[in-house]
Amino acid sequence: MTNFTLTRRGAIAGLGAALAMPAIRPSFAQGAPIKVGVLHSLSGTMAISETALRDTVLMMVQDLNSKGGLLGRRVEAVVVDPASNWPLFAEKARELLQVAKVDVTFGCWTSVSRKSVLPVFEELNGLLFYPVQYEGEEQSRNIFYTGAAPNQQAIPALDYLLGADGGNAKRIALLGTDYVYPRTTNRILRNYLLSKGFTADDIMEEYTPFGHSDWQGIVSQVKRFASAGKKTAIVSTINGDANVPFYRELGNQGIKAEDIPCVAFSVGEEELAGIDTRPLVGHLAAWNYFMSVKSQVNDQFLAMWQAYIKNPRRVTNDPMEATYTGFKMWAQAVQKAGSTKVDDVRAAVIGQKVAAPSGYIEEMLPNHHLSKPVMIGEVQANGQFNIVYKTPAVVAAENWSPYIPENANRRR
Amino acid sequence: MKRHLSGFLPFLLLCCLAFAPARAQDAFTTALPGLAGSFGQIAEAVEKLGTSADPRALPLLQALQDGRLLKREDGTLLIQTAAGTTEVLGGSATEAGTAEAVRVNNRVRGALRGALGSLQILSTDPDERLKAAEAVFRSRSADNIRPLETALSRETVPAIRTQLELSLAASRLASPDNAVRLQGVAALAEVTDQNARALLLETKAQVPDLARQIDAAVAKIEGRLRVRQVVETLFQGLSLGSVLLLAALGLAVTFGVMGVINMAHGEMVMLGAYATYMVQEACRGTFLAPVALPLAIPAAFLLAAAVGAVLERGLIRYLYGRPLETLLMTFGVGMILQQAVRLIFGAQNREVTSPAWMQGVMTLPGGLQLTQNRVWIIVFGLLVLGLVVAAIRYTRFGLEMRAVVQNRRIAATMGIRTGRVDALTFAFGSGIAGMAGVALSQIDNVSPNLGTGYIIDSFMVVVFGGVGSLAGTLVGALMLGVVNKAMEPYAGAVLAKVVVLVGIMLFIQRRPRGMFALKGRAAEA
Repeated sequence: MTNFTLTRRGAIAGLGAALAMPAIRPSFAQGAPIKVGVLHSLSGTMAISETALRDTVLMMVQDLNSKGGLLGRRVEAVVVDPASNWPLFAEKARELLQVAKVDVTFGCWTSVSRKSVLPVFEELNGLLFYPVQYEGEEQSRNIFYTGAAPNQQAIPALDYLLGADGGNAKRIALLGTDYVYPRTTNRILRNYLLSKGFTADDIMEEYTPFGHSDWQGIVSQVKRFASAGKKTAIVSTINGDANVPFYRELGNQGIKAEDIPCVAFSVGEEELAGIDTRPLVGHLAAWNYFMSVKSQVNDQFLAMWQAYIKNPRRVTNDPMEATYTGFKMWAQAVQKAGSTKVDDVRAAVIGQKVAAPSGYIEEMLPNHHLSKPVMIGEVQANGQFNIVYKTPAVVAAENWSPYIPENANRRR
Repeated sequence: MKRHLSGFLPFLLLCCLAFAPARAQDAFTTALPGLAGSFGQIAEAVEKLGTSADPRALPLLQALQDGRLLKREDGTLLIQTAAGTTEVLGGSATEAGTAEAVRVNNRVRGALRGALGSLQILSTDPDERLKAAEAVFRSRSADNIRPLETALSRETVPAIRTQLELSLAASRLASPDNAVRLQGVAALAEVTDQNARALLLETKAQVPDLARQIDAAVAKIEGRLRVRQVVETLFQGLSLGSVLLLAALGLAVTFGVMGVINMAHGEMVMLGAYATYMVQEACRGTFLAPVALPLAIPAAFLLAAAVGAVLERGLIRYLYGRPLETLLMTFGVGMILQQAVRLIFGAQNREVTSPAWMQGVMTLPGGLQLTQNRVWIIVFGLLVLGLVVAAIRYTRFGLEMRAVVQNRRIAATMGIRTGRVDALTFAFGSGIAGMAGVALSQIDNVSPNLGTGYIIDSFMVVVFGGVGSLAGTLVGALMLGVVNKAMEPYAGAVLAKVVVLVGIMLFIQRRPRGMFALKGRAAEA
């Protein structure tokens, strides 16, 4: 019943936003403009995370145009609002490809939205750059994944918790939102823990709906789970704005990071902007980039972003960096291919290297995923992350996890 | 000779006096280089400093905790204070320059908490003593037994004494002597605390000899914990119920009393939450800041009531008696309000901070811990319910409202301006929804789609309780809350919700008028 209302309401709201925002500007160069589709939720539960990604793409488009466009042609963004509504993602993707005829699309955050648009991009031979860490177990000729695969985020984070610096955790609570990404990631993590000698009793797994706001029960359950005399840690795959009441409840129930650290895979600087972070100091997040990274490219990226958004206090985060890197790779590939035809660009993207704000040179691998560094940060009182662990070099993505038994016979 | 000796003795004494701090200084100086190393080395150094009993350790560790301890690239450590920067060794004033703060992680923070605890256990400030006693409980090392005993013999504040006894018991568990350990086990068995259980189980894993005694102690604790868990679940259920009650009360007026299916009800709640945000921003930095939340209550009421009055006068009154059209129209209004808020405030969530008296937990006698914000929301929910009941029962407006609902024509012939009463009733219901928004801003996200999450629940509560009955709304809300929370540990959050919905469907099949069905002529009208 809830979903029904959300769907209708979201659908109409999305349509309204789409009508209100066609980014049509007079063209200045010869030839038709190159069209870049932006498929991010600007309303609904995921808007907290996805609006910044739309702005990042718009910033990159503006940047490209200010440098004379691409192949001598203007670049033009086409923004649609799928309103955190998964079936609407597929409709909007079709609209972008068939009506707006975009050359490339940057979009999606949740895996369920990506799964929803995947058949559309494959059917119409489109090109999608997906900028968010995800559960892996997927590879499409039409999608480039510029976020982390599980071995670039989830597994290293767990290793950190099990190690001395992370507190030698012996019991893990896996909390997640109820959809494909948390379920698959937790399946991988559970198998990984079992391979490390954990027993099933030492793993707790709980799922909640999107937008869940009453965390009292689950947080007390975690407290009980943690009172078995073994160091306990929480691994959170909670997505969207449900994180705010979750962290608030952790703070209210006095769960300190020194006692039960919580490492999150979907919480970055942008999500923390809406929370009082003082009670959360020490809780962790695993990403491939933090705003506090010290690198020249990051300084430029920050300056560019804050100038574009006209707010010197706006933060950057990992998916924004992945959008930046993906956009650069696409632009380089178009230059190299000398056309925007999907098949040419697709071949040219593989092997592209970009000096990313993370401070490393990231490369697009033949499996359509990136090589990236892995970083683990602790929340500080000012809402930024203190990077407590960083891999010395980039890690190549493994989108088919060896911890899923069905992948045993897969050709890697 | 005698003269010689008399000269020598003071010298010897002086030597002894000088020697003691010299040894402590050694422990202090040898620990220092570790602070410039990796997280593991820092944690080790902190632990050493905690047991060094050197007077300089405390300010150093406090500086580390507050991020005021800096290190130069060559490893020299500096302490930054309001007065300036000084070198840790030597204490000479210097410039901070390019020195960076020594970073800490959870491991260091844990060590720091224990070290500061052992150093501050005899502090003169009772707050610090309590914090120190709690910290020592967690770090629990056998080294702390002696200082804790000393502290306990001097302590007069009962709360700190209790904590000290707990910490002493915990430290005794870490002793190498089984007899001392058993003393600790016996003391901890009398505590109703999950941490005590955790400690005992941890000790059991390390000392299998005591497994029998520890198991008995744990069983005792668990028996009491089970009782407490029931109370906790009940509290969580009441708290969820009070949220549902708040969300549904406004609807009980607009839908229950007036019969208007108001799909924009959730947006009234959302407006109330944004009103709270605006009041908070307006009060920021002024002397009103601590009371921003209470001030937001009338503000939210007035804002939502004003929007409600405009809605009723401008649109809804033309559609009385046409529920389907009302439903569609209010649905549209809801979306317009959502989008308007999104345009004004942006799609991002707004941060509404909780005042200090709503943060943290409240410990009841018996060790039962309740989260403050939830307690206040239960109280607030009941107050609002009282307000609604009083307004309907005892005011002239309430009398007119009931008269119009029962028989519009006769009420009009009595000289009641029914149009005005309709507008006021709708505004009143909307205002109540706005007040609910103040409460929800404390536990949920202040975002444009805040209301969508509550509209279904609100209708569910009102229909389940019995349309038009405030008692039904109260009982319905609390019942749904408790059932939901009682089922959550077994069925999970998702399934618990499904089960509750199915239950309500079956119930409505049997009793279409809800729990507290209105009887008599009013019900037929």
